[in-house]
Order: sequence, then C-alpha cells, then structure tokens
Amino acid sequence: MSHDTTPALVKPRPVPTPTSRPFWDGLAAEEVRIQRCADCGGWVFYPRSRCSHCLSGRLEWRTVDGAGVVFTFSAATQATFPAFADEVPQVIAVVELPEGVHLTTTIVGAAPDDVRVGAAVVPVFDHGADGMTLLRYRLA
Amino acid sequence: MGLRGDAHIVGYAQERSERRFTGQAKLTLEQWADLAAAALHDAGIDSREVDGLVCGGDLLESSTFVPATIAEYMGWSVNLAERVDLGGATPAGMVWRAASAIELGLCEVVVMAVVGSAVPPSPKPAPFDDRILFGASSNAWGSPQAEFEIPYGNIAQNCGFAMYAQRYHELYGWDERARAKVAADQRVSACANPDAVFFGQPVSVDDVLASRMIATPLRMLEIVMPCARGGAALVMCSADRARRTDHRSVAVIGFGERLTHKTPTYAPDLPHTPVAAAAASAFAMAGLGPADMDMVQLYDCYTITALLSIEDSGFCGKGEGQAFVREHDLSYRGDFPCNTHGGQLGFGQAGLAGGMSHIVEAVRQIQGRAGERQLVRHDTAYVTGTGGVMSEQTALVLQGA
Ligand SMILES: [Zn+2]
Repeated sequence: MSHDTTPALVKPRPVPTPTSRPFWDGLAAEEVRIQRCADCGGWVFYPRSRCSHCLSGRLEWRTVDGAGVVFTFSAATQATFPAFADEVPQVIAVVELPEGVHLTTTIVGAAPDDVRVGAAVVPVFDHGADGMTLLRYRLA
Repeated sequence: MGLRGDAHIVGYAQERSERRFTGQAKLTLEQWADLAAAALHDAGIDSREVDGLVCGGDLLESSTFVPATIAEYMGWSVNLAERVDLGGATPAGMVWRAASAIELGLCEVVVMAVVGSAVPPSPKPAPFDDRILFGASSNAWGSPQAEFEIPYGNIAQNCGFAMYAQRYHELYGWDERARAKVAADQRVSACANPDAVFFGQPVSVDDVLASRMIATPLRMLEIVMPCARGGAALVMCSADRARRTDHRSVAVIGFGERLTHKTPTYAPDLPHTPVAAAAASAFAMAGLGPADMDMVQLYDCYTITALLSIEDSGFCGKGEGQAFVREHDLSYRGDFPCNTHGGQLGFGQAGLAGGMSHIVEAVRQIQGRAGERQLVRHDTAYVTGTGGVMSEQTALVLQGA
C-alpha cells in the first residue's frame, strides 16, 4: 500500500514548541502534566510562556491525575477533515479536569449515544508511530 | 459613554447569492470597486467626497497593506484606513468603527465593503496553501489550535457550534423542533427575497430534522450554505451630510463588542456567550431595550447561533430560547421578525459578506425599501455579528432618522 501524502489525507499531528515540550514528554511517559502559576496559583492549559490568569512568567509543571468529566462534545458524523474519515463517528469532546482547565480530546471506545455531559472519563495514552502521544479519553 | 447617533448609514449595495458563480469573474479589488460605486450611487454621494474606508479580510491580490491598496485603486485620500479582523463579526465591527471615526470628526463619508464572489483563475502558479484545508483554524506551527485541537479533529466551525448546542440542550432541555424552526421560519423570508440562494425553496421543521446529521446534534439544514457569489457595501456619513442624501438615513445609536476566546474549548462560561455583554452595551448606549426593537437581524451561521443570540441579547431569559422560538413566528410576517432577508441560513453566506447581509437588510427595512417583505413597523433594528465559534461578538442598535 502506498503512503498517501495528499495534505488532506494525512492526519495533522502536534509539533511541540520549546514551551509545550514538557506536556508532550509527560504524555509519552503516560503522565498528564500541566502548568500552575507560582504567583496566583492558577492552573493553565494549553501550555504558555505566561499565566493566563495574571501574566506572571513563573509557571511550574505539575503532574495531575488526568481524570475529568465531559464538559461538552459532538459526534462528527461527517469527518471534520478528510484524513479523519476512518474515525467517523468521531466523538470530539472538551474535558474538564478537577483543576478547572479544559482540553480538547476524543472519547474512544464508546458509542456517541453513551456519552453525556458530566460523564466521568479517564485518560487513554495513544502512542503514535511518530513518537507523539495524544491524550484521548474513555468513559470511566 | 458612546455614540450620539450622529453617524448615519445612507446607502448600500449587495450582490445576490449564488451557490455556483454564473457572472463574469473579477479580481477582489474590482469587486470592491463595483460595490463601492454601487453603494455611493445608492446614497447619491460622489466618490470624490469619500475620506474614510473600512475593509475586512484579505484581498486576494494583497494580503497585507490592504487599506492602502484599496485607497489607491479607488483614487481616494482618506483620514480613516481600517481593516477589521473579527470573522463573521467583521461587518458589524466595521460599522461602529466607522461611526466612531465620523463622530470624532475624523471623516465625513466612509465606505465599507466586503467581497465574496469568485475570482478569475490566476495564470501565475501559486504555492499550495494549506490554510484552505483548515478553515478558521490555524495549523501554523506554534498555533494553539495546531497543537491541541486539530490533531483531535476539532477543526473549523461545525464541531465547535455543535458542542455549544450539545451543552446548551443538556442544561436547558432538548427541543430539536425549536432549533429546526429557526431555519424553517427564516426560509419563509428567503422565499420572499429573490436575491436569496434558497429563494423559492421552502423547508418545514420536519425537512430540517430529516436532513443529514453533520455533527451531533446539528444537521445539514441548520448549517449555512457557502456561496460563490456575494458581496456588500455600506456608505456612512455625518448626520449633516445625511440630510442631503436620497433615502431615509439610518443612525447608529448603540454598539457593543466582546471577545473572550478563539475556540470553544476555552470559552469561559459555555453556553453563556459574549453576546450578553455586547448586547447590554449596545442597548445601554442606545437608551433602548430589546422590547423597543421593530426587528432583529441576528448572525446565523447555524440555528444554534441565532437561538443563543436571542437569549443572550435579552429577548428572553437564559434557557428560555426554545420556548420563545416555539411561541413566536420569526418570519417577516411574524410577531418577532428575525433575519427578514432569510438570514444566512436562507440568503446564503459568501464569506464575510454573509455578516453584512444582516446590516444591509436592517438598513433596507428601516429605509422602507424591502418590497414584499417590508415590515409595517420599521424604525429600529438590533443587529449582531458573530465571529469564530461564539467567540467574537458585536451588537448594533440602528434607528431611522
Ligand atoms: Zn498567575
């Protein structure tokens, strides 16, 4: 089978920045690491160079449990991008962690009808052949 | 705080909507010139009087220095050269910026335009630009969307608005017929608008619910139709100059703007939207309230957009939007005239021109030029613009002079 390099048929993958690298290194080690502000105590996601609550530059990486609840979701019954056609219906979700941060993910291993706002979910570390690990979730 | 109502919209131009372009394709600069000329002609103002311009988005011929490129092409020397970058809220954002500049005395006659029609194929080979694949999402390295959204399939608009709808319904109840009725009622108005892409094509609530699911819970007929033909322009001038124009002039008496996030993942209080703050500002500035509006023209890229905007603008309480839609007729014939041109859901969306269609319709109605769909009471209008995924919000209150 030939590898298709048509841009729309290649799944876009994350490419870390120097700032975000610890987050991705954490996922590779099956840990969820997010930033906490040493000045105001606020939790920050996505990774930033400064705190999104107070703009302090004193952000520290903390390892958290990673379990959360579904804040909202949609099952894409038409692929949002051609390369994701094999995952349709793809349950794209926003998960809220107890620290208060929201992150985009997909809910795997569940039919769309089984997913509800408020459902408890736990991390699934999806290790890719490119060395990047995506943080997916399954129903707890 | 705010406007005195001394800046008036006095003319407009609007291309009709087509899904497939059938006219003579022109450069975006040429489309800008056509729209500007038509709007100035409508106002009865000579091009040599123009001393301000506001544009939105790129020109295909120049992605930077856009106002300068336009001014030079039109032969204008201007005191206001503004480019607005607020997605679907761009046209509403253009209006208050122009009004503010006029009230500050910076300029007397401002032209605003957004183009949306097909361009001729370029004979120059262009490098592949992957921005066309990602819509409103940025896949450039370092973009938070490229790193934390796009790899999970959270791309462009459908999924984001669907996530608004999902949480809205789970918190406030499921009435999918009410959401569908937004599209069906607006289609009634589109059927009274020969320029609308869905002119002559009514749909029922059942038709909407029977259309293909795209992103749960949103279906095909709840999602705006992209068009390959469109474009609109407005001419605004001082109240003094407006007294010597051809039609009833339309004062901008209130506005509000609020922006809180780019993607809904980080929306502070979903499904509460920034519409609430924008609307509160616009009504307070105008000294009027929702009950004083003769019509509403609400940005409607999706049914849920209009529903959330009805609620958060204050036409009913939070969570009461579905009952409100059930109990009111939103068509031009109804007791709550909303998107009387058909809205984008019925009129079509040609890029940023879709958001200007709401403003053009408000002006047309207030001026008494809406033909078959002319409202009996047509002195005041409330207009919104939505950019991103309920993220960039602009609200306007307009009043006939
Ligand atoms: Zn902080």
